[in-house]
Formats: sequence, structure tokens, C-alpha cells
Amino acid sequence: MSNDNETVEETTAEAASPVTNVYAPPPRGTAIIEVRDIGKRYGNIIALSDVSTSVRAGEVTCVLGDNGAGKSTFIKILAGAHEHTDGQLLIDGEDHTLSSPRAALELGIATVYQDLAVVPLMPVWRNFFLGSEITKGVGPFKKLDIDFMKRTTKSELSAMGIDLRDVEQPIGTLSGGERQCVAIARAVYFGARVLILDEPTAALGVKQSGVVLKYIAKARERGLGVVFITHNPHHAYPVGDRFMLLRRGKSMGDFPKSDLTLEDLTAMMAGGEELESLAHELAETMGADSAIAQELKADVT
Amino acid sequence: MTTATLADERIARTSTLTKLLKRPEIGALVAAIVIFAFFALTTDAFATPSGSSTWLRGASTIGIMAVAVALLMIGGEFDLSAGAMTGFTGLVVGVLTREYGVNIWAAIFISLGLALLIGAINGILVMRTGLPSFIVTLGTFFVLQGIDLAGTKALTGQVAIQGMTQVPFYSQAKRVFGSALEVQPHWFNLNLGFMRLDFDWSRPLTINASVFWWVGVTALATWILLRTRTGNWIFSVGGAQTASRQIGVPVFKTKVGLFMTTAGAGWLVGMLLIFTTSTVQSNTGVGQEFIYIICAVVGGCLMTGGYGSAIGAAFGALIYGMVSQGIVYAGWDNNWLKAFLGVMLLGAVLLNEWVRKRAETAK
Repeated sequence: MSNDNETVEETTAEAASPVTNVYAPPPRGTAIIEVRDIGKRYGNIIALSDVSTSVRAGEVTCVLGDNGAGKSTFIKILAGAHEHTDGQLLIDGEDHTLSSPRAALELGIATVYQDLAVVPLMPVWRNFFLGSEITKGVGPFKKLDIDFMKRTTKSELSAMGIDLRDVEQPIGTLSGGERQCVAIARAVYFGARVLILDEPTAALGVKQSGVVLKYIAKARERGLGVVFITHNPHHAYPVGDRFMLLRRGKSMGDFPKSDLTLEDLTAMMAGGEELESLAHELAETMGADSAIAQELKADVT
Repeated sequence: MTTATLADERIARTSTLTKLLKRPEIGALVAAIVIFAFFALTTDAFATPSGSSTWLRGASTIGIMAVAVALLMIGGEFDLSAGAMTGFTGLVVGVLTREYGVNIWAAIFISLGLALLIGAINGILVMRTGLPSFIVTLGTFFVLQGIDLAGTKALTGQVAIQGMTQVPFYSQAKRVFGSALEVQPHWFNLNLGFMRLDFDWSRPLTINASVFWWVGVTALATWILLRTRTGNWIFSVGGAQTASRQIGVPVFKTKVGLFMTTAGAGWLVGMLLIFTTSTVQSNTGVGQEFIYIICAVVGGCLMTGGYGSAIGAAFGALIYGMVSQGIVYAGWDNNWLKAFLGVMLLGAVLLNEWVRKRAETAK
């Protein structure tokens, strides 16, 4: 592990502007984040324990688990919202404890939350640069470089495959999937090399979910490491390179895609024995021949 | 070159007119024109130099406050203490100079300092407690009102400060806050081609200093809102506070700054009032706080924050100024003003809500 692969360089294309750190990705497969037996205790409550996985450049690490499995504790550690209490968090091979979201951002780890952190009534380009606005001029006459921001928003979005007609439209007029993508494109533009996506498809319909999955694949293509949190194996499997399953605060394993089929993943997610007992229970109350009990049984076996 | 890269063949070229129609202040602008035309045609005094200077002056002090309140409302908050602040700041200057012989400029700056401090307290209370600003500033409103009335009486034995003209250097301060410019607007005759309006233009039009301050404040606020980082943050903290915080917008600083801005505007208006009339009543500004909010809403501000316009609030104040004088010139009962304000407010709120829904959900 060394930092040799990691270079951050100024692009020449927009040399005039102050913020154009475009990340030159390390070779595909280089581990950016490595998590070793990490855990989090709140007093005597163990929220998470013995979790190990890695996030590699150009790969998607899927974190799967049901509600309350510890997914959000895990991403909060990576995002800098909570400090871990056990184990090691290696970033570029060095041991780190992230004390704030800002610290995580400085290391190039950006989180896109479920609520997306967008302001619906503001135009797309204003949202894109919100909090990191580009200005020109000096002193009291410093003003927004509107032209530059509009152009950049449009080109960055089209690099992600989002073709917007008008960056002046309020972001609230975009669909859920598109908004998600603006948030992703924004994180990428501001220097993220690891993207943490917190249940990006949870609130979306089938078609919109597909759109978001496409952009996850796109981010992977650009050489970013992606952490994709979801409870839906059908969303995780097509885009994922590595799967880490959580249940009740414990890791059920960290698998490369080659070791796992979608069926394995689904069965592990659902929790085989739990489904079995549910099937049994249903068979008792509704009769063993009822359609739903039969179906569950088929799923389990 | 820049427009060329932005151009997209799927967008029909929008004319300047279409763009204008999408602005939040357009409703107020149209209403202002209609109301001007109405009173200009139906009354004799309205469009004369003396008539115009009266309603311009009335609109100007309300307008400065409405613009500041609009910024605050776009930032998602209210300030009910804004009206009482205009009285408080004037009284501070009056009491300090008349009772304690403090230098007038020193008194003016002490007054500004106090106003900003109260604004900061408003903001910090709202942000730290998470209480609605409506409640917090209702509290400061009553505190200020009490201080204005009881404090003035206790310190001076009267309910008003008079005789400001005797204070040394009064004329200096009056030049800044209370002077007036006289213009002879021959060129201003209304000749519309199809009709000619003959007004008595023999006397000059008096433009008070407050009108210039009003225009200046409106221009500055508009520039800040639309062209600076601060403006971006004002829209974002009003539109989605949590999201703004997550993305790194300094929410606390922005909001406290907005409360201090309204308080500062209250100080400016306090100075304009005291140096225009040379007196200040202890109940000055009480009851005006809702008029500022009405003007801001008529100008396109949403009650829920995140959307609005400073120049719209200025138009709102212009409407208020014109109607309050127009009703007098027309010889109607003064109280109709209240009913009119209510109708304007309801109409504006409905219009704004419709605009917001379209902006948020249209696809």
C-alpha cells in the first residue's frame, strides 16, 4: 500500500478557474479504503462489530442488509459522521479515524445521502455549486461566475450521461433519479474518489432505479470507488463487484462477485432460516397448501 | 461564446419578455402600474409633483424595511420586531442627544450598534433554540415596544422626543438622512399619444433622501441575492436548511446575518424618520411589521422561504404607498386601505403558491 498511485492534478482545460481538481484515478482495483474488523460501540451497546471489506478504484462495493442491520452505522464511520471504536480503517494504506464529514471529504470520500441535499426551488446549476460557489472579481465586488458555473454544470452532467435541456430549471422539476445523479455528479466534480451512496434506489420506481444504476456503473467506469448501500439484491448484483452483507450488526461475509450468484445473495439477504420459520408459521395459520406458503417454501429450498 | 456553448436546440429561444414573466416580482410590477394609472386618472392630486413626493416618501421607508424583510423571508424566517425597531433606534438617538448631550454622530452609531446587537440576539435565539422565529421575534417586539414607551417616559418624562433641530450638528445628519432634492420635471409630462394627461407641474417634485436610500438598498439587496455567494446561501437556507448544512453552507452565519440586516434596516429607517421630521414618537413603527411582510409577499416572497425577490418587495411597498395616499386623494374612507391590503395579501399568496407548485413539481 502506498500513496504513489494517487495523484491529484490541476486540469488544463479550465485552468482559469480556482476549483477544478479532477481526480486522476489510480489503476483499477487499487484499494482506496480497507476496513479491518471494524466496530462501533455506544456505551455497552454494540452497534457494529467485526466488519471487514475494501473499496477499490473502479469497483462497486455493495453493502447489503435489512433495516437495523447496521448499514447506516457502517456508512457513518466511512463518511466521518461517527468515529469507530474497534478495528482499523485504512485509507490509502494509512490508519485513519474520521472525525467529521469535512475530514472525509478532504480525503476524497463523499457521501450522497438519501435526501440528496438539494434545494428543490433553486436552479440546477445553483444546486450543483451550492456551498462551493465560484466567484470572480475582488473584494466587495466579488460576484458569482454564473457563465462558468452553468457551463460546468451542463458538461459535468453530460459526462455522467445526463442530458439536461436547461440548467436554469429548478432542481425540483427533475425526476428522483435525475436528482440523485446531479448529487453524484456534484460529488465527483468536487474531487470525490470514493462515493458513498446511501440507499439511492430506495424511494425510486423500477425505471428510475435503473437510471441510477446506470450512473453508478458510469461512476465506476470513471475509476471511482463506489460504496452502494441497499437492501435490494436485485439492484446490487448487476452493478456490484464485491458484496458485504450485514445482519444484526455483524458481517455475514465479504464476497467478490465470482464467489456468489444472485440466488445466493437473495437467500443470504432474506436469511434462509428466518424464511423457513416464516413459511412454517404461515403453513400453520393458512394451511400448508396455500399459495403463499408454497411459494415461500420454494424460495427457501 | 458562452451563450453558444449553453445553447441547446431543444429550448425554443425565449424572448426577454418570457423570461421577465417568470420572475417572482412580475405580479407586483403589473399591479403597481395598474394602481398608478388608476389613481392618476381618477384623482387630480395623485400624479402632481407634491402628490407624488408624498406617496414616494411613504413608500420609501416602508420599502427599505420590506426589502430587508424579504431577504429574511427568502431565508425562511420572520421578524416581527422590525417595526418597533424603527422607533427604538430613533428614540435612542433622541434620548442620547437631547437628554445626555451625546454627540449626534456618536448617538447614531451607538443606535446602530444596539440595533445590530438585538438583531444578532434574535438570530442566535432562533438558531440555538430551534423555536419558530415568529415566536422569538414576537417576544423581542413586545420587549422593544415596552422599552420604547416606558423607557422614553421614564428618561424624558414625555412620550415623544422633540426639538431635535437644537442638537449640535443636526444639519449634518439631516443632510444624510433627511434632506430632499427638488427637480423640475418638465420632461415628465404624460403624453401617451392617444391621450394627454394635464397635471399641475408648475411646482417642483420633491424627492426625499429616503427615496434614494430606498433605491440604493433595493439595488444592493437584489445584487446580493442574485449575484453573490451570500445570496445563494440565503435562498438555500430558506429552501432546505438541513440540505444546506450537509453541503457546507454556513447556515448559522447566514441566518444571524439576515436578522442583523433587518435590524440594520430598522435603524436606517429610524434615522430617516427622525431626521426628516425632527421628532420621534415612542410608538413609531408599532403595527408596521405586518405591512413589511405583506409588501414582501405581494412582491413574490413565499411564506415558507426559499423563493422571492428584493425588487418585488420594493414594488410591494410602492403599491402600499400609492394606495394609502391615493385613497386620501380620492376622498374615500381611510380604513378601506386595510381591506385593500388584506385582498392584496390573499391574492398574492394564492399566486405565489401556484408559482411554487409549478416550479417544484412541473416536469
